[in-house]
Amino acid sequence: MSTRVLVPTGALGITFDRGALARGVAARPDIIAVDGGSTDSGPFSLGSGTSKYSRAATKSEWRDLMRARGEAGVPLVIGSSGTCGTDATVDWMFEITRELAAELGQRLKVARLYSSQPAARVAKALADGRITPLSPAPEISPEALGAMSNIVALAGAEQVQAALATGAEIVIAGRTTDTAIISALPLARGEHPGAAWHGAKVGECGALCTTNPTGGVILLEFDRQGFTVEPLVENTCCTPHSVSAHMLYENSDPFILYEPGGHLDVTCARYQALDARRVRVTGSKWVPDRYTVKLEGAILAGYQTSILAVLRDPHYVAHVQKWADELHAYLAYQIVQRMGLHAELYSLEFRLIGINAALGAMENRRGEPVEVGILGLITAQTAETAEEIGKLINPYVLHYPLTKDEELPTFAFPYSPAQSERGPVYEFALNHVMELDHPMQAFRLDLSEVGHA
Amino acid sequence: MPRLGDRVLKVRSKNAGPFWITVDVFCGSTEVFEQVRHELRTEAVAVLFQQPSQLMKRFDIGDLNVIKFSFPRPVVQGARTDRDMHGAQWAVLLAEFPVGH
Repeated sequence: MSTRVLVPTGALGITFDRGALARGVAARPDIIAVDGGSTDSGPFSLGSGTSKYSRAATKSEWRDLMRARGEAGVPLVIGSSGTCGTDATVDWMFEITRELAAELGQRLKVARLYSSQPAARVAKALADGRITPLSPAPEISPEALGAMSNIVALAGAEQVQAALATGAEIVIAGRTTDTAIISALPLARGEHPGAAWHGAKVGECGALCTTNPTGGVILLEFDRQGFTVEPLVENTCCTPHSVSAHMLYENSDPFILYEPGGHLDVTCARYQALDARRVRVTGSKWVPDRYTVKLEGAILAGYQTSILAVLRDPHYVAHVQKWADELHAYLAYQIVQRMGLHAELYSLEFRLIGINAALGAMENRRGEPVEVGILGLITAQTAETAEEIGKLINPYVLHYPLTKDEELPTFAFPYSPAQSERGPVYEFALNHVMELDHPMQAFRLDLSEVGHA
Repeated sequence: MPRLGDRVLKVRSKNAGPFWITVDVFCGSTEVFEQVRHELRTEAVAVLFQQPSQLMKRFDIGDLNVIKFSFPRPVVQGARTDRDMHGAQWAVLLAEFPVGH
């Protein structure tokens, strides 16, 4: 016996090869699993509880996967729905599913797995000594937890298995580990646990483990000894190198991967080419431990307005750091004088595009740029204050002179107004694990039927 | 002195979660791997990335001819003063780092 998992793409919303998906369905998978989220784009998705990808892109890809599920007659699972996997984005994904079920004429049992955590639950766990910081972790307190706009726990294989055990044809999961949606069924069916987690890690980014990373769609076959990975896009291969190298990706330790209830150790894994396209992996080890789930949280860090100007005058380009430093000091003074706002109540930072905007103080190259972009970032406690500062500094960013006796310069503003409201900004505020008595203690399931009879 | 990026196949970097950055040096051959792993000192990489060297994790992976460095992000991903949301441009610093003769 073996368990086949079809992974259409590394993330719903970035498209996949439809022909390869059809080949995957023809290969008779036992489940279709797709990741819907990540922290990769930053804290805004979790902070705001919204999807990073467009509704239209998500719906068009989910339509194809719901059709494929219908043809294959197997469950379809999405993890970390709506990028951040909050209850709100699970419901957003459920709404899309309900619309599609009606449009496709499908009648379906849909399970929703919710991962959002009330601050009070986490505060209680903190008081009970059941929260452990990972390295490095921000300081937390009951007040800080209460101030977070969203907290989620990353579900593991057990919670996804509980959702599948309802008999649901579609599982819309909130935040899960990237791997749990893939490992859940093989583990439930008794396949090798080390292989289940290792194969899941290899497959979680779709075709990133192949020689054609943009190709999408792979098939993982798990059994009692190991797993086999096979790309379904034409002219794409898995090699022992492409598969083993994937453990490096977005992973601080290339041999160990922590999951709820233990960790994966691939130190002794063996990678063997079965043919030019498929790779077989054995020797991966699962090491059980106490049952903890990782927490993610985001907290409001203020409201931002940005301003952009371009300096082309060679005299200003040559002295741009001095210009920006003097302008900054002058503006701090003006903001106190005119708004009565002291430096601790807002921040204003200039990034010099063309000098060191990407690397800041680490930058060690000096060039002679033709022009320099001045990106001003204003962060304040309200959107109104940030916008007011943006308007106040606008004329100085446009005209500030390097010397007192020269005619006022005028730099290039690329649009009107030069300042743009960026709205609320968030910061990641948790890097901790929470211990549970049993896997479903911090998660909740909801089962419903959608579509036409 | 040649730059690391001119001697190896690829240098890449990426967040490993919001609190870590990881940098992979793909040497491309056993020969280059054996040379580079002796020439590239962890302390020098720590200085380049302005990190305390005791926080640098290093993995020399012979099976893949890869040298991997991981370290906590000095600024958490997406915090107000973060300049590179995905941490992918950090690799360029190491690719431009002079190493060897």
